[in-house]
Amino acid sequence: MKILVTVKRVIDYNVKVRVKPDQSDVDLANVKMAMNPFCEIAVEAAVRLKEAGIATEIVAVSVGPSACQEQIRTALALGADRGIQIDTAEPPESLVVAKLLAAVVAAEQPELVILGKQSIDADNNQTGQMLAALLDWPQATFASALALQEGRLEVTREIDGGLQTLSLALPAIVTTDLRLNEPRYASLPNIMKAKKKLLEVRTPAELGVALKAHTRLLKVEAPAERQGGIKVGSVSELVEKLKSEAKVI
Amino acid sequence: MAILVIAEHDNRTLKGATLNTLGAAALLGGEVHLLVAGRSCGAVAAQAAAIPGVSKVLLADAAVYEHQLAENLARLVAGFGKAYSHLLAPAGSAGKNLMPRVAALLDVAQLSDIVGVVSPNTFRRPIYAGNAIATVQSLDPVVVATVRASAFDPLPAEGGSAVVESLDATHDAGTSRFVGEELAKSDRPELGSARIVVSGGRGLGSGENFALLETLADKLGAAVGASRAAVDAGFVANDMQVGQTGKIVAPELYIAVGISGAIQHLAGMKDSTVIVAINKDPEAPIFQVADYGLVADLFEAVPELEKAL
Repeated sequence: MKILVTVKRVIDYNVKVRVKPDQSDVDLANVKMAMNPFCEIAVEAAVRLKEAGIATEIVAVSVGPSACQEQIRTALALGADRGIQIDTAEPPESLVVAKLLAAVVAAEQPELVILGKQSIDADNNQTGQMLAALLDWPQATFASALALQEGRLEVTREIDGGLQTLSLALPAIVTTDLRLNEPRYASLPNIMKAKKKLLEVRTPAELGVALKAHTRLLKVEAPAERQGGIKVGSVSELVEKLKSEAKVI
Repeated sequence: MAILVIAEHDNRTLKGATLNTLGAAALLGGEVHLLVAGRSCGAVAAQAAAIPGVSKVLLADAAVYEHQLAENLARLVAGFGKAYSHLLAPAGSAGKNLMPRVAALLDVAQLSDIVGVVSPNTFRRPIYAGNAIATVQSLDPVVVATVRASAFDPLPAEGGSAVVESLDATHDAGTSRFVGEELAKSDRPELGSARIVVSGGRGLGSGENFALLETLADKLGAAVGASRAAVDAGFVANDMQVGQTGKIVAPELYIAVGISGAIQHLAGMKDSTVIVAINKDPEAPIFQVADYGLVADLFEAVPELEKAL
């Protein structure tokens, strides 16, 4: 089985974002960037399927400027076989990314596409579902376990209030949640080997996808700061405050 | 053009987040329809029809919609979606699963987790785990969005009398199948909609010690939550996680017990009306957002609090 896995270059999750003074966006100048954590889980899931003898080839795809080749190389170091960068100035909005990925799927014909459930920058949680719609493939979002059984994919999903298990016909789309696995670190020899793996660059024009804007970002603000309150000296004082001052109990 | 809200339900009961989503719809102006898609879900349609502000309930009652499979539901909604100005769903796991698929079928964008309505085509939504708030304008003919329930006041559940119209179209993509479900059984209110939430962190030390919080929660009629650290330590199940990657809650009272207050946890609860923190470390960051902080050993303070109520 050929697997396509997507990776996004985002701000490192340990970095605190700052809004630009002109409120046009967040400030990403000189900020440490990394692979989106949910994409790391997607790569790990693909690599494990290859180690289990189920996957035969893993293709890692990223959409964005040439800097995102760094994250593709990381995926290659983790075990992906080759990479494709779809070259755009900025990462486009989800629907356009889904269209670009659909074009890659048409060319590559994978049986499974694994994506992170969301990126930690835009927090959209859309691309996998949109790609599934465009391809008319079944989807299992927020996956916490997956297994191949008799030619179908059985996926356990994290839903509100518990877990749900679905059985999907292949080809299919899976988006990863935190519990699916714990991603490995790339070893130095594998990082060196990754540099020699094939990484192709495609343009949206080659893929026949127009970069249409469906939304306009008008403003980005810092959220309202919450003011800290007081320290109470005892449980009885706390109960008193909650009853008479806050009036919540 | 009217606004369509997609109801969240379990074929028996309409979920509270639907009322908050209708609250957001009411800010847009225009007639509001509510879609109830499921199986043997007539009781939900009846509850939906009683909501003032809903002018019509669309009932799609068929086996193919029983488990809210996105493949089938997206076709149903996209089938008549262009007739509406807005398609809204609560930003729970069902809405997040469905709405992007609907949007792509309609060739429009989807706005996730809106927390404010600026105008009928402009919305505020959190990005970077709530560390920034974006104002986004839709350029599409139909606005498809998921709504963060805690950011909008709910409509009342009673007092209306909408007409219920049955839809006969059944869409079966035939590519996905429901296998099973394990839902946490609890008599406590749902974490996402509870008026009071009691959450525990790594400071609890073990899963067994969460019993302390459960006793307190039951006395308060509260839901029980947990920090990512407590979930990662294996104390409790992931569905109790409050935070950036878990549930976003905004109850009237949030009691954080043994939680240090990592950014990722604060992102999930900082919009609560009143925050109480109980932690033995006076330097814990949770105290910076707490209205009432108590520096104490939780194993003494929690039982004492429970007795004092």
